[in-house]
Amino acid sequence: MSEETLSPEQLVQIDYTPSKKNWLDPTVEFRKGTYCYSGVAKHVKYLDLPNPREWQPTDSDWKLPPDWKQIILDGMKERLEKYRSFRLFMDICVRCGACADKCHFYVGSGDPKNMPVMRAELLRSVYRRYFTAAGKLGKLAGARDLDEGVLKEWFYYFYQCTECRRCSVFCPYGIDTAEITMIGRELLNLVGCNINWVIEPVSNCFRTGNHLGIQPHGFKDSMEFAAEDLEEITGIKIEPPINKKGAEILFIIPSADYFASPHYYTLLGYMLLFKEIGLDYTFSAFAGEGGNFGLFTSHEMIKRLNAKIYEEAKRLGVKWILGGECGHMWRVMHQYMDTMNGPADFLEEPVSPLTGTRFENALSTKMVHICEFTADLIKNNKLKIDASRNNHRKVTFHDSCNPARALGLFEEPRYILRKACNYFYEMPENTIREQTFCCGAGAGLGTDENLEMRMRGGFPRANAVKYVHDKYGVNLLSCICAIDKATLPTLMDYWVPGVEVGGVHELLANALVIEGERERTTDLRGDEMEQSGAETTDA
Amino acid sequence: MAAFYSLILVLLLSIAGYFGGSAAGTFFGIIIPYAAIAVFLVGLVYRILLWANTPVPFRITATCGQQKSLPWIQSNRLDNPASGTATVIRMALEVLLFRSLFRNTKAEIKDGPRLVFSERKFLWLAALAFHWTFLFILFRHLRFFLEPVPGCVLIAQELDGFFQIGTPILYMTDLIILAALAFLLIRRLADVQIRYISLFADYFALFLLLGLALSGVVLRYFIKTDISGIKELAMGLVTFSPAVPAGIHPIFFIHIFLLSILVAYFPFSKLMHMGGVFLSPTRNLANNNRTKRHINPWNHPVKVHTYEEWEEEFRDKIKAAGLPLEKV
Ligand code: HEM
Ligand code: SF4
Ligand code: SF4
Repeated sequence: MSEETLSPEQLVQIDYTPSKKNWLDPTVEFRKGTYCYSGVAKHVKYLDLPNPREWQPTDSDWKLPPDWKQIILDGMKERLEKYRSFRLFMDICVRCGACADKCHFYVGSGDPKNMPVMRAELLRSVYRRYFTAAGKLGKLAGARDLDEGVLKEWFYYFYQCTECRRCSVFCPYGIDTAEITMIGRELLNLVGCNINWVIEPVSNCFRTGNHLGIQPHGFKDSMEFAAEDLEEITGIKIEPPINKKGAEILFIIPSADYFASPHYYTLLGYMLLFKEIGLDYTFSAFAGEGGNFGLFTSHEMIKRLNAKIYEEAKRLGVKWILGGECGHMWRVMHQYMDTMNGPADFLEEPVSPLTGTRFENALSTKMVHICEFTADLIKNNKLKIDASRNNHRKVTFHDSCNPARALGLFEEPRYILRKACNYFYEMPENTIREQTFCCGAGAGLGTDENLEMRMRGGFPRANAVKYVHDKYGVNLLSCICAIDKATLPTLMDYWVPGVEVGGVHELLANALVIEGERERTTDLRGDEMEQSGAETTDA
Repeated sequence: MAAFYSLILVLLLSIAGYFGGSAAGTFFGIIIPYAAIAVFLVGLVYRILLWANTPVPFRITATCGQQKSLPWIQSNRLDNPASGTATVIRMALEVLLFRSLFRNTKAEIKDGPRLVFSERKFLWLAALAFHWTFLFILFRHLRFFLEPVPGCVLIAQELDGFFQIGTPILYMTDLIILAALAFLLIRRLADVQIRYISLFADYFALFLLLGLALSGVVLRYFIKTDISGIKELAMGLVTFSPAVPAGIHPIFFIHIFLLSILVAYFPFSKLMHMGGVFLSPTRNLANNNRTKRHINPWNHPVKVHTYEEWEEEFRDKIKAAGLPLEKV
């Protein structure tokens, strides 16, 4: 962090008194640390998206196309006709304010336009002006003209929403500000206003199949590297299957798992687990990314990037698909994939080859979450687990936004954790499960230039971790999301030093007793384990 | 300012009703109410049809509890419904009890820093109190529109006046609705955040409802108006043989004029949340996404990067890495 970065003590000095100015007059200040850099032209171009150019949000001239207003208004009209969610959410908010302090960005910044209701009003005010009769009355009706100031405000605040959907849990009508942000970002994209932290991964992913732009040989090297590491730790030789035709299961993971830390230990975890149970699976270098930053760009882009999953499953002739630990990937797989890229009628109903369990909840999509798969293995006594090997970890679990509020995947990971760890503690009730707080950097906002906003937005999450850290000595924050694994370590260093971040399958594999393994003295990270024989408690 | 303007507007409307009613009873007692109802019906149907005819391309349920997955994991049927029936129950709880609003808490940063959550159920309570009493009072009003008055209306009336205080007997709902509306209004004005987000329309709805309720209270408890003339007018309206009997108190015209305004304004305002709440896609869809395919009626084709193109682009590297190729 740079010198000018605020200290945690300074950062929590937050003034929640809104400014006296009428919010309908746009004001936005692109202050360093609170916004993301613009999408680089070459990536915008590669994707055939409109208006590739050199620009930055701090420029006074955003080099918009001459008819940009019409483009946006046409875009709004089109989306009002295509999405009931959009039209309805524009119409029915009563401004009760129940959502206001539910947003981590509002809690952490005090900026009134970070209240979800205001984030939506930024767009709603333009909707009123151009699409409702009352809007002709102007300000009194809460309506305003679309101008560059308004557009800049949209950019600032729609890239200051992590599409976490926490607000929608509390709204009496289920108004989902994430949905409004998604549409808002689509509109911004129509005139070429996007951020590089989203657009570059999207472009890489479209070309190579993964966010990082890793090419097939690089993919293979990474997997082999992981296998070598595993051999060193456990003495067991693993040959990672890649693009293997006729495998039973296609395994889809976020690319960070094989290229970033601490994700990497989760990858080691999966590989070890699959080796132990002798699973007939394959990775794919083409579908080498389950993550989908299209979700943070446009509905069209989700579909463009996600097409490869079913295409590859079909090409390889697998029976069904298993998906790794990743939050937003699971929003896509659960709520969009079947509709967009299906039907997956060429696949079979997923059945666990070890337990015979039919995953009826994946009957149509044919894609099972790794936590569902593993919980079923443990329940059926297919794994030998020595939880004491995780005794050096005091563990808590962060519910990632999407598995929480798009699936409701709460018990499966907890079941695994409770079996694999002797010390497991829950964070306070208002901060977990459906009420979980975002890491503060999802939806493509996890970039360094946005650091101050990340630390602000991540404050509620970090503060809950601090609670269990102080109370129980929690030193490991586990989660099932690749974005979390990338952004939470920074957040912990800032707010709760001494807490590391890891995956559920990393912890599982630490504890997994493997046939023929050498005695393990370190965990997958190479950290010393406590000597066995420590007492067992049930948290 | 928005609050002030909307108060002024409601006052002006009341004055118009008061004097207009005396001067032009037919206009305020018959033409306007009929026109308002017509606007209401047409507007309501139009808005609902517009929503209903807009596609729901994706099933974007917001899940607020454990999903249905493995048979031995207890799923939360109400907050994460997997079936149609469970979804109907979830919706019923939303509509009848404002369940999501019940979750409301207050988050504050205290020294430490600690983020502390406290209960904040008053919004829920006041909202529920207002809506239910409003419904109840509407129901009680049926005594003006039906002859003979149905037993259930009489029972409702009886219940409402259970404590038999004063003459005419005090209805509890009258007190509750005024208190609830006052709370909602004061909250909007006193809480800086809520004041910041409040628009003219938000105050207008509250003042209109307050004006409506207050004029009703004045008629009943202070003027103790003779209701036979009013009943005659009401019966005339519903039987399409309208006539304005003589001797109706001008305050009554405030009451009926504000009601007409409310009814006509309804379809064009946020009050349409009444219809919208039933159609909200995050709440009214089952979370059975992976079990049952949801169809998007406009599922447009998009440009993708196919495996063939990918293999072609990276052919040498795939070969060098020893990975299998489709086209060797
Ligand atoms: C199915 C029917 C309805 C449901 C489920 C419903 C639900 C709600 C909820 C949950 C709120 C938010 C809480 C609040 O701000 O008070 C609200 C607000 C409101 N509702 Fe309704 N409502 C319904 C019908 C109506 C009707 C028929 C009217 C009036 C004619 C009405 C007038 C209002 C007003 C004025 C507010 C805003 C209160 C404020 O400004 O604080 N609602 N409604
Ligand atoms: S909770 Fe819902 S209705 Fe209330 S202000 Fe927020 S978005 Fe609007
Ligand atoms: S979706 Fe999350 S980040 Fe966006 S407004 Fe709602 S609570 Fe805030």
